[in-house]
Amino acid sequence: MGREPGSQSGEDIIRVEDLHRTYTLGEEQVFALRGISFSIRRGEMLAIMGVSGSGKSTLLNILGCLDRPSRGRYLLDGVDVSQLSKDALAAIRNLKIGFVFQSFNLLPRTSALENVELPLLYSNMPAWQSRRRSEEALAMVGLQARKRHHPSQLSGGEQQRVAIARALVNDPVLLLTDEPTGNLDSKTSIEIMNILVGLNREQGRTIILVTHERDISRFASRAILIKDGTIIENGAGR
Amino acid sequence: MRLGSTFALSLRSLSRNKMRSFLTMLGIIIGVAAVIAMVSIGQGAKAAIEARISALGSNLIIIFPGTRTRGGVRTGWGSTITLTASDARAIEREIPGVYMAAPSVRTGAQVVFGNQNWFTAVYGTIPAYQIVREWNLAEGRYFNDQELAGGAKVAVLGKSVVDNLFAGVSPLGQIIRIKRMPFRVVGVLAPKGRSGWGRDRDDSVWIPLTTMQRKIMGITHVTHMSVAAVDGQVLPQVEQGINQLLRARHRIPTGKENDFSVRNVADIAEAASASSRVMTLLLAGIASVSLIVGGIGIMNIMLVSVTERTREIGIRLAVGARGKDIRLQFLVEAVVLSLVGGFIGMVMGVVASRLISILAGWPTLISSDSIVLALAFSAAVGIFFGFYPASKAAGLDPVQALRYE
Repeated sequence: MGREPGSQSGEDIIRVEDLHRTYTLGEEQVFALRGISFSIRRGEMLAIMGVSGSGKSTLLNILGCLDRPSRGRYLLDGVDVSQLSKDALAAIRNLKIGFVFQSFNLLPRTSALENVELPLLYSNMPAWQSRRRSEEALAMVGLQARKRHHPSQLSGGEQQRVAIARALVNDPVLLLTDEPTGNLDSKTSIEIMNILVGLNREQGRTIILVTHERDISRFASRAILIKDGTIIENGAGR
Repeated sequence: MRLGSTFALSLRSLSRNKMRSFLTMLGIIIGVAAVIAMVSIGQGAKAAIEARISALGSNLIIIFPGTRTRGGVRTGWGSTITLTASDARAIEREIPGVYMAAPSVRTGAQVVFGNQNWFTAVYGTIPAYQIVREWNLAEGRYFNDQELAGGAKVAVLGKSVVDNLFAGVSPLGQIIRIKRMPFRVVGVLAPKGRSGWGRDRDDSVWIPLTTMQRKIMGITHVTHMSVAAVDGQVLPQVEQGINQLLRARHRIPTGKENDFSVRNVADIAEAASASSRVMTLLLAGIASVSLIVGGIGIMNIMLVSVTERTREIGIRLAVGARGKDIRLQFLVEAVVLSLVGGFIGMVMGVVASRLISILAGWPTLISSDSIVLALAFSAAVGIFFGFYPASKAAGLDPVQALRYE
């Protein structure tokens, strides 16, 4: 049931206009992004592809509000977030973005449930409510039976499912996944991708999938290919 | 993030490294315990001094010989020989409000009984001294006016002297030798204990002033004069009267300084408690240094902890923690370390000061002030030394922190 980008009734959830990002490394200027423009509609599952050094990580950091562009505009859910303060960006990450990382990034020696609860700690939700929401999110990824386990007691696939539950617990408008299967074997990778695709199709979640693997990008409805800080291809996915 | 959950979080991260947390706290524990124990010693000493001085009686005035200038050279306190027994009689006779005045001469001497000997303080006084200084008799009697007039060789002993010279023998009627001169023991005084300055007041022998002046010292002046006023109210007038009378009797011209000094017990108490206050401050100051060293230990460990947990900080920032949430988390950890340390230190300080008073016999006094002060100081140390590591954690870049291995 492939959705064509144009068939979505939703408005743009992300619009990026002429995004630049420049760093200074010692004496040298590094142009990581040199004018990137694209948009993502609500309910899309977009793959961002590129080899390492292409600028896709920089783009991901900006899309995830972890970093700010040097130039250009970034509208997330109708709000220009390109020049917001650090604290305002933290609030946006907390409310609108869910992250799934390659290396899971769960807190060690902390139970699965508490890991899922983490974003809610920073959103002033009453404790009983955040506990209930976290249990629901864990149930969604099929791990409610393992909520007391610490990350070291979980398999890679289970850890990534905990991370997905954590990304969903705040009901974000955007799910950002950065090589979500990079540390997993191919069977578990497919499990994780099926969960993500299910979230996209059944709940209409907007998902950005950053990957360098063609196989993985096929799960997306559209793919953007980045090279040397610019988009060289914007089109068909699965 | 709510403060309650921040607190719970910090307790959990601290309990993950129990040994490290304990060693970090140790500096604060020792610091707070030292402050409390030291201040309790200082305040105990102060209270003991004040209690003993006030036991001297509040209507007592003591006159000491003063300085004098001879040929431009000023000698120290107590060096004049102008104070005499007749000054005391004149004070008693001429100044209204004076109850009794008792001159005395003090010297140190070897006292011998049989094959025992003992070095002690020997006072030559008059019978009124017993009343003015409120000495009670344990047995026998004090020497009387006839013995004073006749320069009789009689002695009244303090309890410590009896203990040191007479093992199981009743001292009454026995002959002791003071500077090779035989004296008959006529009385023993009831013990008074240590003075405010720590001297054993029972380690003394009293003999008639005349005997002391003529036969032992060969002098005509006295070294102290104890004056009892009828009550505490008239002390200022009595002091003024003594000043005028003694200046007149010693023929001191106007503009020249007194060759004697007049102190009342309140003045002496004031001076003594001022000096013990300084000592308390000094002790507390030295002990606070260890509290500050403990704070530096906290800062050191917090810096290590921030580096170790860079990735955790990155994760927290990624899911929406603001810089101030991270700062609060680490600050609360530092304050919990120092406050828990402060609390343990408080308990240990109280125990230590009890032990000191039991084992060393020093008076100690634990005031709630010193406990509150030590705890507040340890919390302040936690905030002060936790602030830099916490701010360092709060200032981390989320992208860098997430990538940190």
